[in-house]
Amino acid sequence: MSSCCTPAESKAAVLTAPPLPASHKGQIRTIALIGPPNCGKSTLFNRLTGLRQKVGNYPGVTVEHHSGRMKAIGRSDLTLIDLPGIYSLATFSEDARVAVDVLKGQMPGVPAPDAVLLVLDSTHMNRQLMLAAPILALGLPTLVILNMSDVLESRGGKVDVLAMARELGHPVALISAAKGVGLDRIADFLSQYGNFEVTRPGAVKLPVIQSADSYRKWATQVSSRTQYQQPNAPKWTRRLDHVLLHRVWGPLIFLAVVIAVFQVVFGLGQPLSEGLGNLLTGLGVKVAALLPDGWMRALLRDGLWNGVQSVLVFLPQILLLFAFIGILEDSGYLARAALIADRVMRSIGLNGKAFIPLLSAYACAVPAIMATRTIENKRDRFATILVAPFMTCSARLPVYTLIIAAFVPDRKLLGSFIGLRATVMLSLYVLGFLAALFTARVLKSSLLRASSAPFILELPQYRWPTLQGLGIRLYDRAKLFLRKAGTIILGVTFAVWVLSVLPVHAGQFSALTDSVIGHVGHWIEPIIRPLGFNWKIGIGLLSSIVAREVIVGTLGTLYGVDPETHALGLQQALRGDMTLGGALALVVFFAFALQCTSTIIMVRRETNSWRWPAIQFTYMTVFAYTAALVTNQIVNLIAH
Amino acid sequence: MCLSEMKVGQHGRLERVDLPEEVGDHLAHMGFLPGAGVHVLRRAPGGDPTVYRVDGIEVALRRETARHLFMTPIENVQ
Repeated sequence: MSSCCTPAESKAAVLTAPPLPASHKGQIRTIALIGPPNCGKSTLFNRLTGLRQKVGNYPGVTVEHHSGRMKAIGRSDLTLIDLPGIYSLATFSEDARVAVDVLKGQMPGVPAPDAVLLVLDSTHMNRQLMLAAPILALGLPTLVILNMSDVLESRGGKVDVLAMARELGHPVALISAAKGVGLDRIADFLSQYGNFEVTRPGAVKLPVIQSADSYRKWATQVSSRTQYQQPNAPKWTRRLDHVLLHRVWGPLIFLAVVIAVFQVVFGLGQPLSEGLGNLLTGLGVKVAALLPDGWMRALLRDGLWNGVQSVLVFLPQILLLFAFIGILEDSGYLARAALIADRVMRSIGLNGKAFIPLLSAYACAVPAIMATRTIENKRDRFATILVAPFMTCSARLPVYTLIIAAFVPDRKLLGSFIGLRATVMLSLYVLGFLAALFTARVLKSSLLRASSAPFILELPQYRWPTLQGLGIRLYDRAKLFLRKAGTIILGVTFAVWVLSVLPVHAGQFSALTDSVIGHVGHWIEPIIRPLGFNWKIGIGLLSSIVAREVIVGTLGTLYGVDPETHALGLQQALRGDMTLGGALALVVFFAFALQCTSTIIMVRRETNSWRWPAIQFTYMTVFAYTAALVTNQIVNLIAH
Repeated sequence: MCLSEMKVGQHGRLERVDLPEEVGDHLAHMGFLPGAGVHVLRRAPGGDPTVYRVDGIEVALRRETARHLFMTPIENVQ
C-alpha cells in the first residue's frame, strides 16, 4: 500500500522523472519542511527527527529554521529543515523572509533543499491549498502532506487523497502528526525517491497569475474536484471562548491564571527546593568527609559545591514555571491572552502580537527576542526587543527566591488566599512589566516613532496539551539548566573561589578581605554602598553580568569561604549581612538590570548593530541603579 | 457598510479591501477575499479587537483595520 496515495498508479502515462542535476539523481540530502502557520509542522518535525523542537499552539512558533537528522524514521542520512510558517511567498514579515530564502537556496550556510515536504492542515483545505500553488511552482520534488487527519475525520470532514494527488501532480499523504498516523507514507516517499515518479512541473495546471485571488480560485477548484468536505466547526473552541473571552470573565480568568501560576511556583516549588537543598547539602558533607583536610577539600566544598548547589536548588521552581507556560502555549490560550492584552498594548503604541514574545520572555528573553520576528513592523519589532528583557525571566527566580525567603516573613494575606511572599514575588513581576510598558511608550514616541502595524491574529483551536509534549519541554529545560550549572556557573564559581584565596602568602591562603576579590570588592564598594549593598554583593553583581543566577552561586562561594559565615546557610548568612532596605534594593536592581550576556548577544544579532544593545544595557543599568537607590533610601527612612 | 460597523452575530459578504497591498495580501491569504463570507463572532473583552470567522478559521482584527473592509450584510444568518 506504500504508493496508494501517489498518482503513480492512476495516471502513469503523464509521469516522468523529476528534474534533478544528473549527479544528484535519486539522491536527496536536504529536505525542507514548509507550511502555513499552525498547521502542525513542528509536531511533524519532532516526529520525524526525534528532536525536540518547541511546539506551540499559536502562529509563529518556529521563528528560525531548525534542522535535524530524520532519525525517528531510520533515515539519519537525511537532514530535515523546519521553516517558519508562512501564508505565501510574499515576504510580509521577517520569518517569512527566512523561509523563502532557505527554499530558494539563498540562505548562507544552509544547503538548497533537494525536496520539500509541504504540510497543510486538512481541516482548512480551501485556504491552506493557496500555499501549494507557489510552492509547487518552485519545481522541487514535493510530498504534499495533509495533516490533522484525526481531527478531519472525527468532525465529519473528508478528502479524496488519490484525486488530490492527481490534481496536484505530486504525491499526497493524509497523516496525523499528533497521533503518529501515516508517517510510513513519508518514509516511503523518501526511500522511493530515486525511482519515484512525479509529474513534471507544468504538467499540472497551476495558476498563472500570482495573486491571492487567483491562488484562491485554484485552491477552491482543487478542493471541489477532490470531493473535499470541510469538517464541522469546533464546538469546544467556541464554547470555551465564550467564557475565556467574555467581557467580564475573560480578564478575570486571565488574572486568576497568572496568580495561580505564582502561587504554585512559590507555594509548591519552595518546599521542593528546600528538600533538594537539604539533600545536596547532606551529599556535600558526606563527600567532603571522605576527602583529606586541605585546599582540595576547601575548593570542593566551600568553593564549587556551595556555589553550584545554591543554584541547583531552584530547578523545581524553574520547571514548574516552564510547565505552566507550556500548558498555556500548547493549549492555545496564549493567543487569547494576546487578544485580551491588545487593549493595553495599544495604549503603549504596540499591538497584541508583541504580547506573545513578551509573555514568553517570562521564561527567557532569548527565545522571546527571536519570536519578535513575527511582528511585521520593524520599529514595533525593535521596541519589543528592547523591552523584552524587562519581563521577569526564570533566571531572576533564584535571586528573588533567595532574598524573599531570607527577608520576607511567611505570612498569609487576604485570609489564606495568597501568601505575603507570593505577593512580593508577584509585585516584582508586575514591576518588570510596568517598566517594559513605560519604556515601550517612551521608545514609540521618540526613537522608534511609527504608526503601529495592523493587528491580525489567527486564533487556533484549543488542543489538549500532551504529556509527552510537556515532558519533552521540561526535560530539555532541565538539561539546559543543569548544563549551565555544570559549565558557566561552575566556571565562575571556580574563578571566584580562586580569586578569593589568592594571593598565597608563605603557603597560606589569603583571608577573604586580603584576597584579590576582596580588594576588587572594596574598590567598588563606594559605588554600591548607597544602594545598601556590601562588597560581596558587589562581586555578585559583577559576576552576574554573565547570567543573572550566577550571583547566587558567587554569594554561596563567598559566604562559604568566609570563616564567619562558613557554617551558615546562604539565607542566614545574608540575613546577618544585609539590611531589609539593601535586600529589597537588590531584587529591584535585578528586576530592571540587563545582567545577561546571551540576551545582549541576541539583541546584537537581531538588530544587526551594537548600537541597540549598548543603548539597552546603559538604559537598563541606570534604571536599575536609580530604582535600587530609591528603594533602599525609602525602606531605610521607614525602618528608622 | 464596513466590517467594523457590523454587529456581533451578523454575517456578510466581503466586497472590497482598501488597505496597503502587503496587508491586504496577508488578509487575502487568511481568507479575506472578495466574495468570502465573514461572520462577526465576538468582541474582545475591551470591545476591540473583534474576532471574525472567515473560511473556517477565526481571525482577530482591530476596528482600525476592519474599517477598511467593505461588506454587504446578509440577512437570515444560519
